Amino acid sequence: MKGHTHAQAAEEFIKDDARTHWHDETLWHVRQKRDLSAQGIPEWETLRDTASAAKNYVLSHLGELLEQFESNALANGVEVLWAKDAKEHNDHVYRILQENKVANIVKSKSILTEECGLNHYLEDKGYEVVDTDLGERIIQFAKQAPSHIVLPAIHLKKQDIGEIFHKHIGTQEGASDPKYLTEAARQHLRKKFIEANAAITGVNFGIAETGGFVVCTNEGNADMGTHLADIHIACMGIEKLIPRAADLGVFLRLLARSATGQSITNYSSHFHRPAQGKKMYIILVDNGRTEQLGREDFKNSLKCIRCGACMNTCPIYRRSGGYSYNSTVPGPIGSILSPGKDLKKYSTLPFASTLCGSCSDVCPVKINIHEQLYKWRQVITENTDVDASKKLAMKVAGVTFGKPVLYDLAGKMARTALRITPDSLVYSSINVWGKHRDLPQVPKESFKEWYKKNRKS
Amino acid sequence: MSSKAAILAAIQKNKPSETPLPALLNFPDQPDLVEKYQKGLSGNGGKLIEAGSLEQVQQHISENFAEDQLIASLVDGIKGNVDVQQISDPHDLEHVELAILKGELGVAENGAIWMPEENVVHRVLPFIAQHLIIILKENTLLTNMHQAYDQVNVSAPGYGVFIAGPSKTADIEQSLVIGAHGPRSLTVFLLK
Ligand code: SF4
Repeated sequence: MKGHTHAQAAEEFIKDDARTHWHDETLWHVRQKRDLSAQGIPEWETLRDTASAAKNYVLSHLGELLEQFESNALANGVEVLWAKDAKEHNDHVYRILQENKVANIVKSKSILTEECGLNHYLEDKGYEVVDTDLGERIIQFAKQAPSHIVLPAIHLKKQDIGEIFHKHIGTQEGASDPKYLTEAARQHLRKKFIEANAAITGVNFGIAETGGFVVCTNEGNADMGTHLADIHIACMGIEKLIPRAADLGVFLRLLARSATGQSITNYSSHFHRPAQGKKMYIILVDNGRTEQLGREDFKNSLKCIRCGACMNTCPIYRRSGGYSYNSTVPGPIGSILSPGKDLKKYSTLPFASTLCGSCSDVCPVKINIHEQLYKWRQVITENTDVDASKKLAMKVAGVTFGKPVLYDLAGKMARTALRITPDSLVYSSINVWGKHRDLPQVPKESFKEWYKKNRKS
Repeated sequence: MSSKAAILAAIQKNKPSETPLPALLNFPDQPDLVEKYQKGLSGNGGKLIEAGSLEQVQQHISENFAEDQLIASLVDGIKGNVDVQQISDPHDLEHVELAILKGELGVAENGAIWMPEENVVHRVLPFIAQHLIIILKENTLLTNMHQAYDQVNVSAPGYGVFIAGPSKTADIEQSLVIGAHGPRSLTVFLLK
């Protein structure tokens, strides 16, 4: 779907009406579980404020924290490598594999290696990389990319997965029971774990104070891989740092609850030193992050802990699917990260939003996602050739925002209308984002508020 | 210029203005920790049994596992038939049916148990075993994760893990399946 706009790509997804509804409802259900879980924690907002402040601290002290992290990791007997870009990251991995004569590689979930195109790079060099997260293994068989950062195969139905497994691991034709399929994958992947010489993982949190890092999974696949293999390569974006081990108290309370509503992932593994006779490597990757750090309006996107909550809540994401974004990280956060990497290629993403603000409301580190989306729109409208109807929409928005009273009134009317408008009226043909959209959740905080702030600054 | 120097230079150039490090959080102790712990654990797929003694644990094992199955116990007073200390290659643990381990502390809000490397000997043991039993002392229960990090020095062991349930997945249509790669069950015995 290269070169397509978000709306064009979304059109592909929404052709199957029943599936679109199912996708929408499934993710909305995850969002509701998140709400229920957050509501069970009276200090939830304090946690969010603190996580946000800790990440702000990290961004404003990134250089010294990285050096602290490196020297502690080195003292722990871990080899630390730095990579300016995806290529250097991939080259490091390749060199480590060569040096250690690795034949079999298992990998647990890592959005960074996805961003760097590591699997393809290694496949071109003759390696097979076995993704071990169940969702990732499914899409790896199907030669697809993850459509969601936490739920990689959320776009597939169990019948699809049954077919994929029948073809690749010989499950019964037509079988689609999740228990049966998971058991088959378990047997298949156990062999891979036993055979592996190297395990590649991502990093959820790097601890500057101790030089260690934390990997969170429910399946235990990162642990099965790393503890059996002789080589552990941990790939980490430089923004993944936290200052102190005790900050994990805050982040682990927020991460899983925000992601799926569960209280914590079943495994939160803390790696500090390699086991006896084994080797551990950490690759610190920039790949555009330092550039994003310098963009005053967009630097906050680097606080992201990749929980996926903004995707689950986004009315556009839910109804257009992860692939419509054509970017490693889809959804609202992807739409503010990707334009920083390639403004032209991702120019339609900041428009794939209703600006309802629900993403910012659920974000555990309080990234002002919808404000950044709006700011990217301004940058893009100034710099690229945006489709005329969107320019018009921008103009209309501009006029309305210019008249606070009018906007207040329009907002109030829309808010009332949202609750009573029947579906048939909501699915409007003049909607610029595509056809299959109903209106978003009514934002608690009006868009006007940030606009006012923005005008002041 | 090395990549490290280049990255650090780019950070120096683009660094946002300084913001302070937030103070660590602390919330009051909660009552009814056992009840809360039970809820936290079962929410993640684990099962809590309040046991009067280790004999009760032993009995549970005899009732649920056969003698010819491989049982690795790292808890004094619980019998096993695999000598984990004598094993040098973790791959040799491949066919362990049940592992019995001692947990350091439990967290009521989510069922998580801190398991440092010395309690598992081989890091892979709590993952490769088909079933896992953890023995936990009731007086180690804490209210929340802040208290846990206050008590645990996570960098003392080379590796440590919070275990909050059995291995699970919901990657197929969001249907919960227990036993993805690791243990198909987690039973926590709470001892006085
Ligand atoms: S932007 Fe916030 S809500 Fe979205 S994935 Fe990142 S941390 Fe989660």
